[in-house]
Amino acid sequence: MKTFDYRTATGLADGLEPGAVFLAGGTNLVDLMKLGIATPDVLVDVSRLPLREITDLPRGGMRIGSAVRNSDLAADHRVRTAYPVLSQALLAGASGQLRNMATTGGNLLQRTRCRYFMDATMPCNKHLPGSGCPARDGDHRNLAILGGSEACIATHPSDMAVALAALDAVVQVDGPTGQRSIPVTDLYRLPGDTPERDTVLEHGELITAVDLPELPVAARSTYRKARDRASYAFAVGSVAAALDVEDGLVREVRLAFGAVAPKPWRAFAAEEALRGRPATRERFAAAADAELRHATPLRDNAYKIALIRNLTVSVLASLVPSTEPAAQGPAAQGPAAQGPAAQGPATQGPAESATEEETR
Amino acid sequence: MTSMVTRAVGAPVARLEGPAKVSGAARYAAEYPQDHLAYGWIVPSPVARGRLDAVLIDPAEEDVLAVLWYGNAPELAKSDDPELAVLQSDEIRYRGQPLALVIATSLEAARRAAQAVQLEIAEEDHDVELRADHPDRYTPETVVPDVPAESSTGDVEAALTSAPVTIDVTYETPPLHNSPMEPHATIARWDDQDLILYDSNQHPSGIADTVGAIFGLPAGRVHVVTEHVGGGFGSKGTARPNAVLAALGARVTGRPVEVVLPRQAMFSIVGHRAPTLQRIRVGATEDGILTAIDHQTCTQSSRLLEFVESASVVTRDVYPVPNLRTGHSVVRLDVPTPRWMRAPGEAPGMVGLECALDELAVELGLDPVELRIRNSPANPRYVECLRSGAARFGWSERDPRPGQRLEGEWRLGTGMAGATYPASAMPSTARVRALGAGEYEVAIAAADLGTGARTILAQIAADELGVPIDKVHIRIGDSTLPQASVAGGSSGSASWGWAVTGACRELRAADGSSDEATFDTTELVQQQKENRHASGAHFAEVRVSTVTGEIRVSRLFGMYDGGRILNPRTARSQFLGGMIMGMGMALHEESVLDPAQGTWVNHDLAEYHIPTHADVEWIDAAWLDQPEDDLNPMGSKGIGEIGIVGSPAAILNAVWHATGIRIRTLPARLDKILTATP
Repeated sequence: MKTFDYRTATGLADGLEPGAVFLAGGTNLVDLMKLGIATPDVLVDVSRLPLREITDLPRGGMRIGSAVRNSDLAADHRVRTAYPVLSQALLAGASGQLRNMATTGGNLLQRTRCRYFMDATMPCNKHLPGSGCPARDGDHRNLAILGGSEACIATHPSDMAVALAALDAVVQVDGPTGQRSIPVTDLYRLPGDTPERDTVLEHGELITAVDLPELPVAARSTYRKARDRASYAFAVGSVAAALDVEDGLVREVRLAFGAVAPKPWRAFAAEEALRGRPATRERFAAAADAELRHATPLRDNAYKIALIRNLTVSVLASLVPSTEPAAQGPAAQGPAAQGPAAQGPATQGPAESATEEETR
Repeated sequence: MTSMVTRAVGAPVARLEGPAKVSGAARYAAEYPQDHLAYGWIVPSPVARGRLDAVLIDPAEEDVLAVLWYGNAPELAKSDDPELAVLQSDEIRYRGQPLALVIATSLEAARRAAQAVQLEIAEEDHDVELRADHPDRYTPETVVPDVPAESSTGDVEAALTSAPVTIDVTYETPPLHNSPMEPHATIARWDDQDLILYDSNQHPSGIADTVGAIFGLPAGRVHVVTEHVGGGFGSKGTARPNAVLAALGARVTGRPVEVVLPRQAMFSIVGHRAPTLQRIRVGATEDGILTAIDHQTCTQSSRLLEFVESASVVTRDVYPVPNLRTGHSVVRLDVPTPRWMRAPGEAPGMVGLECALDELAVELGLDPVELRIRNSPANPRYVECLRSGAARFGWSERDPRPGQRLEGEWRLGTGMAGATYPASAMPSTARVRALGAGEYEVAIAAADLGTGARTILAQIAADELGVPIDKVHIRIGDSTLPQASVAGGSSGSASWGWAVTGACRELRAADGSSDEATFDTTELVQQQKENRHASGAHFAEVRVSTVTGEIRVSRLFGMYDGGRILNPRTARSQFLGGMIMGMGMALHEESVLDPAQGTWVNHDLAEYHIPTHADVEWIDAAWLDQPEDDLNPMGSKGIGEIGIVGSPAAILNAVWHATGIRIRTLPARLDKILTATP
């Protein structure tokens, strides 16, 4: 670890000298410093700034201070009732100890866990621009099928960000050139030729809050995460969804995918394919296909296509009210799925498992 | 009322050091305070093969005491283990090999300087990829621990040709790393010409011998202190480079030097379980009597040392087969040397054998428990484990057809597999002293890895001396005590308990004429019965999501014969721990190789997955608790490893039963389910 200076931010207008970075919960940054991946000259600790409130916005929706802890946000009653997908996504991530330290802003800005990025002795265009990307020929089982480039196929690791992308959340930023608002879906850059930059934030810009718009459809929302073990594992595929069905037709829908792209992947094409259409498993599967049509899988990550497709069908079906006839429709599975998936009660699964994790 | 001494052996005595551990008072190797302690940080090789020309460091680096590399390191005596010849050559034999040791006055300074070191390396092409058709594959003479690589009885080919039912399958196990909670760690200090090592290991006596020889010292001049060990799983069975590097650093700087491996280094310089490619062919009669087995294992070792994972050996002992051939081949690659990892040989070998037998049972239309019973005519304890385990698990209700149970989106299935592990003891010496007032001190250089060894020795001594356990004071974990064998091969309790029993009996026989007795088991151990085993049966219930392919183990049960169970509380913990590690082997653990980079790319516990608490939903173990009287005075058999033998196969067999999908390349993960066709 490189020697660094440390100071506490006293106000938002402090600014940030060259070579300095903000420190919040430190759950990712400190690891990267120990590994020699992050080598800041100065840490500016923003964890004591007055950014720890969750407040109602005057025109509906709510504002989450960027220093609100993941565990506090997940437990917030308004979040649990109006945006359950967000609470579930938070609880699906990391461990109790990490959630107690990690903040809302820091969670958004955590970096990929691509195994090459995490090892300073490896080539990686993200930590050493121009050194190459060994992942394309090497280990990429859990790397991107959407949005990647020749230079980088890293995935964004956050569960929370997937829910926020589905919820049309807006990031409030304060910095040397003033304040601005950035939709979460626009916060992240695709890697292209410059994968070293994860986001559109400029040096010195600080996330101060995340705004959730008033979104009635979000009251019926859920997050489902598939992973290689039951807890304390990054997603290999996840889906955040909100759905409103009336008379068998999709009135409103929000859908985002995790662990498939360098950013939380808002599935705009899938949503478009669903609005006004029958809420059936066939339509859900076709909508997922519409989004995954552009996937460019490599040798070992093509399974993510089947995984996301199955998750999408399962999650959306679980959100169709049991009073809607469509919820009981016949199983429509593609070639990759086996057998009659999710024939059981439509509501079982994600919500319960999130609660289970929380109490463990 | 008459006073009565309750027998301590067999009682669920809590671990004696428990309070010290939970209160933080127990000291692990790196926690012994030292004056002027310096810190060593290893500079690992970033390439798998090549030559090191120079190590350069910025002279402005602060607080650095020394940078040792082969260009300036003191010469060491040759060792049987070439990986301990650290900093002695410019040759780079694997990625992660220690190329330099930076010693500084603080840990932070040592790490910072080590990350800033410039290495001048002439890189050469490397080969790290094990393939069954590798041109350099050869048959070794022996495999670990030291048994012939090949065996042959009868005419296997003829028997397979004439068998009415045959199976021919290949199972692959990946490279695995044992990464105990406490990493390998050493503080070394020279007191005049004596070397003191506070070291985390499984064998203080052996470490003293090995490290002493490297520095030209008799074992008596090396004092190894190993009071508490935070797990080893085989990886600490012999001296590792950290001990030699710390001693070198201490010699050069004149200060005590601490070397604690960072987690990432645990995935290179302390060994791994080598990957295996196992082809197994089985022939049987229509009644399910085995007529032929051919079990061939292809595995890897390093350029430095031949260490051959003996996966086919277990097949020689479990079932009597008239036509049996087993063999091993090995490829030497530019990788770190494989080492012992919990049940070396048996753990991967029983994946191949017990999964193949499950496939045979399906082919025969025979219940897999019954198949094993029919082939164990002379192994009544194994049969009892199979029958009793099946009854307790509720096996008889099972519909043998795969893919029949669906609950919501989850397919359910059950599977089983047998378990076996050699029961043996190794020579050890113990000393017991009467301290007066009815109190005794028992001393032996054993290591307690957290298993309860210390507690069990106190129980044994208490019964032999006829006193309550709190009158017995145990001293272990110190190489200056009477020498003990390694805490490995599931032989610790048998070996050390035997010596303790002997010493206590001699002291009592002296009848007050002496207040001290020492007992060496070497001669007795040489006469011990050969080819004896602990045995068991594992039963698993899994569910597999039809949406995600995720596999979860809803029930895991083990039924064992471990002879007399000395302490049911610590024994249960050993069994369950082995079974959970078996679950990890079946479903989670894999060191992922990048052939181009010449190393494994997941080298921390976030990316190298082992089961979490949430993965263990319901688990239990039971045992026969029948002493095996002709093995050792306690009638016990080792139980530290048998839990990982067969439990992976039981889980894989249950995955097949749930889905109809045979996963033959471990670990079984959701991508393999999603892309498979039943």
